[in-house]
Amino acid sequence: MKKTYKIEVDCANCANKMEMATKKTAGVQDATVNFMTQKMTVEFCDGADAVAVMKAVLKNCKKVEDDCEIYL
Amino acid sequence: MNKKQKRMLARILVAAVLMIGLLFVPVEGWLRFGLYMIPYLVIGYDILKKAGKGILRRQVFDENFLMAVATVGAIVLAVTGEGDYTEAVAVMLFYQVGELFQSIAVGKSRRNISQLMDIRPDSANLESDGELLEVDPDAVEIGSVIVVRPGEKVPIDGIVIEGASNLDTVALTGESLPREVKTGEEIVSGCINLTGLLRIRTTKAFGESTVSKILELVENASSRKSRSEAFISKFARVYTPAVCYGALALALLPPLFRVLALGLSPAWGDWIYRALTFLVISCPCALVISIPLSFFAGIGGASNAGILIKGSNYLETLAKTRTVVMDKTGTLTEGVFDVTEIHAKGDWEPRLLEAAAHAESASSHPIARSICRAYGKKCDATRVKDLTEHSGNGVTATFDGVPIAVGNAKLMERWNIPWEEPEAAGTVIHIAMGNQYAGYLIISDRIKETSQAAIASLKRAGVRRTVMLTGDNRAVAEKVARELEIDRVYSNLLPEDKVKQVETLLSSETERGTLAFVGDGINDAPVLSRADVGIAMGAMGSDAAIEAADVVLMDDDPAKIAKAIRIARKCLSIVYQNIGFALGVKAVCLLLGALGIGGMWLAIFADVGVMVLAVLNAIRALFVKNC
Repeated sequence: MKKTYKIEVDCANCANKMEMATKKTAGVQDATVNFMTQKMTVEFCDGADAVAVMKAVLKNCKKVEDDCEIYL
Repeated sequence: MNKKQKRMLARILVAAVLMIGLLFVPVEGWLRFGLYMIPYLVIGYDILKKAGKGILRRQVFDENFLMAVATVGAIVLAVTGEGDYTEAVAVMLFYQVGELFQSIAVGKSRRNISQLMDIRPDSANLESDGELLEVDPDAVEIGSVIVVRPGEKVPIDGIVIEGASNLDTVALTGESLPREVKTGEEIVSGCINLTGLLRIRTTKAFGESTVSKILELVENASSRKSRSEAFISKFARVYTPAVCYGALALALLPPLFRVLALGLSPAWGDWIYRALTFLVISCPCALVISIPLSFFAGIGGASNAGILIKGSNYLETLAKTRTVVMDKTGTLTEGVFDVTEIHAKGDWEPRLLEAAAHAESASSHPIARSICRAYGKKCDATRVKDLTEHSGNGVTATFDGVPIAVGNAKLMERWNIPWEEPEAAGTVIHIAMGNQYAGYLIISDRIKETSQAAIASLKRAGVRRTVMLTGDNRAVAEKVARELEIDRVYSNLLPEDKVKQVETLLSSETERGTLAFVGDGINDAPVLSRADVGIAMGAMGSDAAIEAADVVLMDDDPAKIAKAIRIARKCLSIVYQNIGFALGVKAVCLLLGALGIGGMWLAIFADVGVMVLAVLNAIRALFVKNC
């Protein structure tokens, strides 16, 4: 299952960091953060609960980059 | 500028004024320290806060941390009397100026590019019970009637049921000449209605319409990252820690070496200052921002010219194209066939075309359609039975109870029917009825006006081999190839032969060159996906082509192939310029910093300057008019 979320992030390197953090989150198969379109595409593992996973993703992203937002 | 940016600008101005003002305030000692802390904190408090949080979360190596350590270090040196407070404030100030500039420039170009690609219709005028309702295009069901007034965008694909108008297709195809539509014709969403009122019966849902497909494609394009982007994000991850450890080594090793080996004074202050300079240079921002921005601008610029590129990776492959393989029909030729000659044998004369048209009536192949068109009357489906299509060869059926075969020489061979091979440069369609040869039709196709110039410009763009594949016979294929000066021709190919031929060509391709296949996307999807880059042309309204190809040319002008390659080349050369330039300047600054020649001033100017230039250079990729 793939979902796209709108995000807000200020710098390209921060977007990279968010991408790394999202990929490492449990329940996430793959993720791409697109700084240019301010969008994030997350591919969830089979059977994962997208809402719960995204909460964890947001937490992990905030950890690496304070100044970011994901519109869930 | 948004609110955040305005606030930052205010902070920069306040800090700059305070810093310059303090140059003329003759105070010493702790008072001086305290006064300088004011502009320093005004400009840098958020960086310090972020750095502190980063350390708590063990995310040490980020640019905030680097700037914090560098400036705090400079202040400590100033307190101990070896440095200058102005330097710490200035470094922070310039860093913030650079960040602000980056955020404004990137935000602006992002909006520009998005606007360029914005073909999304906002609403549709739905006709219901004789009234017009303005609704969300998503809410319009298939088969509804919508009205498009002059000046409005066509929101959904459909068929014109009333009215005639000119359409502006610039946003879709880059072609500025308006296109005419009239009652009964198909209309593609995303065009702008210029002159007349149109009533349209929708044939697709909004989500399936051309405009949605294109938007989806373009929006996802920059998510497919190129090798250069992957390289940069990996590089950034290694670069920053490496420079930090380098800085640590620079601060510790030379002084120890001086003390232990040379017996000199350690000169701690000097070496720590050099190490701090290192930290200032270690931010990879210029690279990390400019590379994706270049690709994004390249994709945006290309889509504005009617060339949709599905990902940065394809831009990269396209730039390296050495071989272009093209399908003949519909790509280099109009794909509109006309029956030009009819040769019947024996007493089939009056019925030959009628029989052939009936046999072909169910096929959507352009040749079949041309036969039906030449027949001119409506075909009666009840007279045709046992219809079988033989891919690439023709069709067989029974017509009025008589077995009939309509197709090329191979089909005749299979049926063991002796056939005649006429001397004609056109597609020959043989017809056998009741197991006897009944005659042949000659069908010709016109070469597109722009084809010849297109091949010439491909060669000028550095393409080494041009190859044409066709299912047609040799005489036709070679005539077209001669006229267009194509290097190699393979004729009489079935669809599966085309895949094999492309595979052979692929294996003969050198490591660094890539192969692009250009087709009309209708029945060459396997070949499109097999080639390094599959280019589908004339894709306006054809979902299949949009799905299968990596690069989609919205109109059917073959000149766009070379244009696409040139856009890709330009974009890639900008990417390489930026990588080379940024890394080169950083390397020089690191060296100068280590030798103690350039101070922090030089470092921060280099850092911000490189980033500004790289971003401006990246935006160049957007301008593709003269490509």
